[in-house]
Amino acid sequence: MPEVDGKPKDRSKRILTGAQAIVEATEQAMERHPEVFLLGEGAQDPKGIFGTTTGLLERFGPQRVMEMPLAENAFTGMAIGAALMGQRPLVVHQRVEFSLLAMEQLLNNAAKMHYVSGGKHRVPLVIRVVVGRGWGQGPAHSQSLESLFSAVPGLKVVLPSNAADLKGLLLGAIEDDNPVVFIEHRWTHYATGHVPPGYAPLPLDGPRRLREGGDVTVVASSYMTLEALQAANALANQGIGVDLFDLRVARPLQLAEILASVARTGRLLTVDLGSSSFGLGAEIVARAASETFDSLKAAPRRLGLPDHPTPSSRALAEVFYIRSPQIGAAICDLVGAKPELRGQLEEELQAGRDDLPLDIPHPSFKGPF
Amino acid sequence: MKTDLISLEGSDLSTEDLLRLYRNLLRVRLIEEAIAARYSAQEMRCPVHLSVGQEAAAVGACDPLTREDRIVSTHRCHGHYLAKGGDLTRMIAEIHGRATGCCGGRGGSMHLFDDDAGVVASVPIVGSSVPLGLGIALAFQQQGLPHVAVAFFGDGAVEEGALHESANLAVVHQLPLVFFLENNLYSVYTPLQDRQPERPLARFASAHELPVEEADGNDVLAVRRATAVAVERARQGEGPTLVAVNTYRWREHCGPAYDDHLGYRPEGELAKWQAACPVARFEKALTEAGLLSKEHQESFAAACAAEIETAFRVALQAPFPRPESATDHVYA
Repeated sequence: MPEVDGKPKDRSKRILTGAQAIVEATEQAMERHPEVFLLGEGAQDPKGIFGTTTGLLERFGPQRVMEMPLAENAFTGMAIGAALMGQRPLVVHQRVEFSLLAMEQLLNNAAKMHYVSGGKHRVPLVIRVVVGRGWGQGPAHSQSLESLFSAVPGLKVVLPSNAADLKGLLLGAIEDDNPVVFIEHRWTHYATGHVPPGYAPLPLDGPRRLREGGDVTVVASSYMTLEALQAANALANQGIGVDLFDLRVARPLQLAEILASVARTGRLLTVDLGSSSFGLGAEIVARAASETFDSLKAAPRRLGLPDHPTPSSRALAEVFYIRSPQIGAAICDLVGAKPELRGQLEEELQAGRDDLPLDIPHPSFKGPF
Repeated sequence: MKTDLISLEGSDLSTEDLLRLYRNLLRVRLIEEAIAARYSAQEMRCPVHLSVGQEAAAVGACDPLTREDRIVSTHRCHGHYLAKGGDLTRMIAEIHGRATGCCGGRGGSMHLFDDDAGVVASVPIVGSSVPLGLGIALAFQQQGLPHVAVAFFGDGAVEEGALHESANLAVVHQLPLVFFLENNLYSVYTPLQDRQPERPLARFASAHELPVEEADGNDVLAVRRATAVAVERARQGEGPTLVAVNTYRWREHCGPAYDDHLGYRPEGELAKWQAACPVARFEKALTEAGLLSKEHQESFAAACAAEIETAFRVALQAPFPRPESATDHVYA
């Protein structure tokens, strides 16, 4: 759980990066469950897949940390087949785009086996996919495809935003008897936070409120939660209360708490990791419009990526991503804040970022969160 | 194709074994013919891909398997399911969309599963079930079990990336898996020569260092022999094998009818393959060897007919699943 600025931080708590949290979860799961094994292209990679598999090969050996040929569809199907026989495979793709070569297995087999078999088959499978950003990753190394996966009944889709959730939700995903697509934004690997040391799986049970406020409901996911949190903290100083939710689980989508919040605040902003069009925000806004229509005080808004692929050049990517100043400005618009306040807030959020390149994580996002 | 008599020479099978193979062949044929005959009643409201003409491949491949060995199949799965011991009553109920079907009416004819018999899954996307076979074999390896997985697929799958990815992966990890290639020469209406270069179909295996056993797909003993070699190799930890057999689909790709009038197959081709009928050839060999009398044959056929009659009657009397149960089991 990210810690909200302003609260005293408990210095005795152990701080890990997101990447270290993933290693710890994997290690504890493999230690506890002999049927858990890791497989992927680069599973034995000396750099440990961005530091998320470091030390696992040495600890568990090549039978449980399996290097894969470049055969995404076959090894995903293999993982499904093994899961049908009681194993608990953990697949890792260094870029979410590699998993597109395995969509056939994921959609036709993983997502449907339990249903088609009338509940007899189970597919306890986790697919870790990494969403890239920055350093010119470009059109096929930095897509956010959560709405694609979330369109498929039978899959679970998880988007952790912080180190504690990266560990807890990964353990929860491994313990879950369903196929889980575990979407890791590359920059959440860097972000630090307090991570409980023990084996403590978190259930994949939906959103968490990160900040309570009465003026506007904001729903963000994965890395965008950190940007939204920064905006919400700045708004709080201006007396604007943000009810901020970290979505965490995109499928099955559990909106009861969020819709109750919208009914109370009358205002909704969604902040997507991926495209605004057809994004998770589109679904949330549609549900809010259907179910809280009479409570709405303003038209709900969505922020997300524009309708074009990710360009590589940092000049083109500069206006591509949503950052905390835009989130703050959108909230000001929703609550009808005075233009001076809007401008002041944008300036405040922008301050300190001006002299830094936008294609590397901003130091303020190192956390701890 | 060969139309000559199946040789019983060199077979180490007992008379009992031979008669079991014959009965299984005849049973698949009669079940498929019964589905074709009753399809027009429109009670079986799902696509059916019948195995008529291809029975020896299914029966010969499944005969060397134990109950604990597992198979995965394709859209044309009836023969494999039955040959592996899948429950007939539950299969017929499934095709009728009933709650008592092997998938509770959720899969239909193209998704026949029977856990008790070791039919893990049938998937109607060409090549799609082969990787599942890898995973079953991997689980056997990881769990230290002496069992074997068999993945059935057709000539069309040889064009799919999934097959080549799987062959490479199975060889690299020496998985206890049999790749069973049932070449029936057509992908729906498109002949092999319009889809693949002129070459022995199984040659791709050598690129993956995958050993090959080939057999006449309409000779149940030859198929059984070839598969037994592959199964034994897998069981001994010596890795995967491709078993490749040629056979022929008599009826239309999907549905109960004959469709030669469409002209996609050369005139006379079906007749030649019918002359090599996998059931009749084996029946003749057994009869000529004095192992199968006319009375014996007729009593087999009558027993199958009675079993089929019961299966259809039970299926038609079975309840449909409750509409509200459609939302069950999306998640475990």
